[in-house]
Amino acid sequence: MLGLNRRDALLFAIVIAITLFAPIILNPFPEGSELAQFNAGYPDLMQRFVIFGIFAIGFNILFGLTGYLSFGHAAFLGVGSYAGVWMMKLLTMNVVPAIIVSVIFAGLFSLLVGYISLRRSGIYFSILTLAFAQMSFALAYSVLTPITNGETGLQLALDDPRILGISQTADGSIPLTNFFGITMRDGFEIAMGGWLFTFNAGYYLCAIVMLIAFYVSIRIFRSPFGVMLKAVKSNQQRMLYTGLNPRPYTLAAFVISGMYAGLAGGLMVAMDPLAGAERMQWTASGEVVLMTILGGMGTLIGPVLGSGVIKYLENIFSKINDNILHQWFSFLPDGLEDFVVAIVYPFIGKGWHLTLGIVFMLVVIFLPGGIVEGGQRIAGLFKRKPPEDKNKTAAASAPSAAE
Amino acid sequence: MIKRPISRRSLIKTAGAAGVGLAAPHVLIRNAHAFTNEPTGSTVTLGFNVPQTGPYADEGADELRAYELAVEHLNGGGDGGMLGTFSSKALKGNGILGKKVEYVTGDTQTKSDAARASAKSMIEKDGAVMITGGSSSGVAVAVQALCQEAGVIFMAGLTHSNDTTGKDKKANGFRHFFNSYMSGAALAPVLKNAYGTDRKAYHLTADYNWGYTTEEAVRSSTEAMGWETVEAVKTPLAQTDFSSYIAPVLQSDADVLVLNHYGGNMVNSLTNAVQFGLRDRVVNGKNFEIVVPLYSRLMAKGAGANVKGIFGSTNWHWSLEDEGSVAFVQSFGKKYGFPPSQAAHTCYVQALLYADAVERAGSFNPCAVVEALEGFEFDGLGNGPTLYRADDHQCFKDVLVVKGKENPTSEFDLLEIVEVTPVAQVTYPPDHPQFAGGQLGSCNPGT
Repeated sequence: MLGLNRRDALLFAIVIAITLFAPIILNPFPEGSELAQFNAGYPDLMQRFVIFGIFAIGFNILFGLTGYLSFGHAAFLGVGSYAGVWMMKLLTMNVVPAIIVSVIFAGLFSLLVGYISLRRSGIYFSILTLAFAQMSFALAYSVLTPITNGETGLQLALDDPRILGISQTADGSIPLTNFFGITMRDGFEIAMGGWLFTFNAGYYLCAIVMLIAFYVSIRIFRSPFGVMLKAVKSNQQRMLYTGLNPRPYTLAAFVISGMYAGLAGGLMVAMDPLAGAERMQWTASGEVVLMTILGGMGTLIGPVLGSGVIKYLENIFSKINDNILHQWFSFLPDGLEDFVVAIVYPFIGKGWHLTLGIVFMLVVIFLPGGIVEGGQRIAGLFKRKPPEDKNKTAAASAPSAAE
Repeated sequence: MIKRPISRRSLIKTAGAAGVGLAAPHVLIRNAHAFTNEPTGSTVTLGFNVPQTGPYADEGADELRAYELAVEHLNGGGDGGMLGTFSSKALKGNGILGKKVEYVTGDTQTKSDAARASAKSMIEKDGAVMITGGSSSGVAVAVQALCQEAGVIFMAGLTHSNDTTGKDKKANGFRHFFNSYMSGAALAPVLKNAYGTDRKAYHLTADYNWGYTTEEAVRSSTEAMGWETVEAVKTPLAQTDFSSYIAPVLQSDADVLVLNHYGGNMVNSLTNAVQFGLRDRVVNGKNFEIVVPLYSRLMAKGAGANVKGIFGSTNWHWSLEDEGSVAFVQSFGKKYGFPPSQAAHTCYVQALLYADAVERAGSFNPCAVVEALEGFEFDGLGNGPTLYRADDHQCFKDVLVVKGKENPTSEFDLLEIVEVTPVAQVTYPPDHPQFAGGQLGSCNPGT
C-alpha cells in the first residue's frame, strides 16, 4: 500500500492507530485517582509528543542515515518558529501559511548552514553546526531584538496588521490560531466512567502532519537516495573512489532535516503563538540528539519514541512535588515515610534531569540500539525461532526489519 | 527498495483519506462550561509556576514556600499571616468561596517555552483556574499572554521590567511587584542627596529586555537631575566574568557605575568592580560610587561584603515595621526558620489578592475577578496603601530605597532601608513613553 512493503505498511498502520487514539491511550488512569498524575493525554503534551516526533524524525534522516551529527538543529526549529509567528502577525491567523513559510525559511537557512558546515565531517562538522546554532541564539536573544523581541520572545499583539485576517476580534482580543476556521483550542471531551478523554483539534492537525512526515521519512529510507545516504555513513572514502560525490547527498539530507525542524517549529507556533530564543539554544539541539539515540538511531520509529519519553519525563515527572510524594507514601510509618521521600525526591520534580540521565545511560550501555532494540529483544523472547532453511533470508532482511 | 511509484489510484486513496481526516474536526463541539476550568467540586486548584532549576532557582524556592504558606492561611491553617492585617475582610479562612484551595506546581526553568508548557499543563491537565509565579520578566510576559489566550487569571510573581504592565500588558494579567520606572524615580532623589547633581554615570546593562527598561528608567531619572551618562555598555546575560567590561570604566572619566544586572550577574559584576578597586577610586575630585537599581536579599547574600554602602531599590524588606510585614515575617519564620525574601512577599500577597478578589466578586470567572481587582485599593499587606490601577493592572505603592548594611548582624540582615519613597513620587501616567505601545484588550473567560 502507498508504495510501502508489507512490514513498513504494518508499522505505518500501527503508528496511525496510535496517533489517532492517543487521547485514549495516554489517559489510562481514571480522573481523580492517585495515578491520574501519570496521565499524559492532555492537548499540550500530546501536541508536543508529535511535534518533537517530527523534529526527531527529521533529525534522524540526517544523523541516522548519513551519520553526520548536527548539534545545531534547534536553530532551524527556531527560525521556523519566528517565521511562523511573523506570518501570523502580518498575514493571517490561519496556520497553513505560517507552517509553509516556516518550512521554507528553515530550508533556506539550513541550505546556508549546511553548505558551509558540510565542508568538514565528524567532530568538526558537529562543532560548526553548534557554532551556527549558538550564533543564531545570541543574535535572536539580543542583536536582532527588533525582529525576535529578544529574551521575551516574539508574540502576537492587538495592533498587528494581519492583512488577510483581522487585527483583533470584536470583543478586543487577539484572534486564535485556526485551520480554516477551526481554532486549535477547539475540541471536545468524552467522559466514560471515571475516565475523561480530551480530543483536541490542534493535536489532530499535528498528528496528521506527523503521519505525512513519517510517511515521507519511510519513503526516503527506502529510496535509492536513502541508500546513498547510508553509503555516506558506512564508508565515504569508498563512495568517493567509486566516483560518487557525497556532498550533494549530504547537503540534501541536511536541508530536508532542516525543513523537518522548521515544520516542527511552525507547528509549535501554530499551537501556541510564541517564539522564544531559548528554543535555539544548544541544550535544545542536544535534546533532539538525546531523543534520537534514546529511541534508536537510524530506525524509523525510534526518534518518535525517544521524543515521547523525554517530553513525558519533562512534563509529568517535573510536576511531582514533595507533597504528592508524601501522599503516596503516607501508608508508611512516619520516619520511614520521610526516609523514602528523601530517597525518591532527588529523582522527580526539579530532579527530572537526573532520571533522564540515568535512563539515557542505561539505554546507551545496555541497549545501544535504543528503545527499539529493547522492543525487539522482548519480541525475540516470545518469537519462535525460524526454521533453519529460512534463517538466511530472515538474516538478510533483518536490518530493514529493525527499522 | 521502492515497490512502485505512487499510482493514480493510491494518490486518490490517500487524498480521500486525508480529506476525511481534515473534515472530521468540523463536528467537534465546545465545552459547556461558563469559563475555563470552572471549579465544580469542593476544591479549587491554583497553579504555582516558579523557577525550580536555572539561575533563579533560589527565588523560585522561596516563592514556593510563600505560596504554600498562603494556601495554608487561605484554608484556615497556621496563624493566618496577613489575613488578619489585610484591609479587605472578605477572606474567612475557609478556602475561596468555601472551596478548599489545592495547588499544583511546575518548573519554569526561567525559559519562556518551558514556562508556557508547564502553565499549559496546569490549565489543561490539572484544571488550574489561576496561574501565578515566576522570577523573570520574559517568563512573566510569555505566561501572561498564554493565560490571556486560555482564559485564566495570571498573577505575576517577581517581574520588574516595564513591559509586563507596559507594552505587553494583558487584561487577564496583574502585577503587584514594582517596576524599572519606579526604581529609577525612587532612586534619583536619594542619589542626588548622597552624591550630588554633577556626576558622570557609566552603565553596564544586562543584554535583555529587563536590562534595557531598567537602564532607560535610571538614565532618564538621573539625567533629569543633572547627571551625565558617559557610556552604556550591554553585557551578555551568560557572562560570569566582567573584568573586560570593568577595565574600560577605569579609562573613562565616569565617577558612578550603574549595574543594571540581576541575580548571579549582579553578584559577579559587583564583585569584579570591587576587585578592580573602583570603590577606592577618586575621579574628578569625588569618590567613585556604584549603584544597583534592583536589589534583593538573596543577591546581597551572594555578593557578601561587597554590597556595603551600595544603594539600590527593592519592593519590600522583611525588616519593615508595619503590621502586615510583621505578621508575614512571623508566620513565614515560624514555618521555615528564616525571614522571607521580597519574591516570597510579592507571591504571597498576589495569592491573597486573587483569593480576595474572587471572594468579593462571588465568582471564579476571570472577568469578574478582573473587575474586582481593577481600581482595588487595599492596605495591610506590607507596602502601605496600595492601588491596583485599572489602566494597566499595575500596583502603585511606596518603593523602598535600600543600602548594603555596614555592620550586618546576621546573614539575613544585609540591607538597611534608607528611604521609603512615597507612592506619589513613583506614579506615572498610563501612557508614559516608557510604557507606551500596548493595549490591555478585554478580559477573556476562555469559552
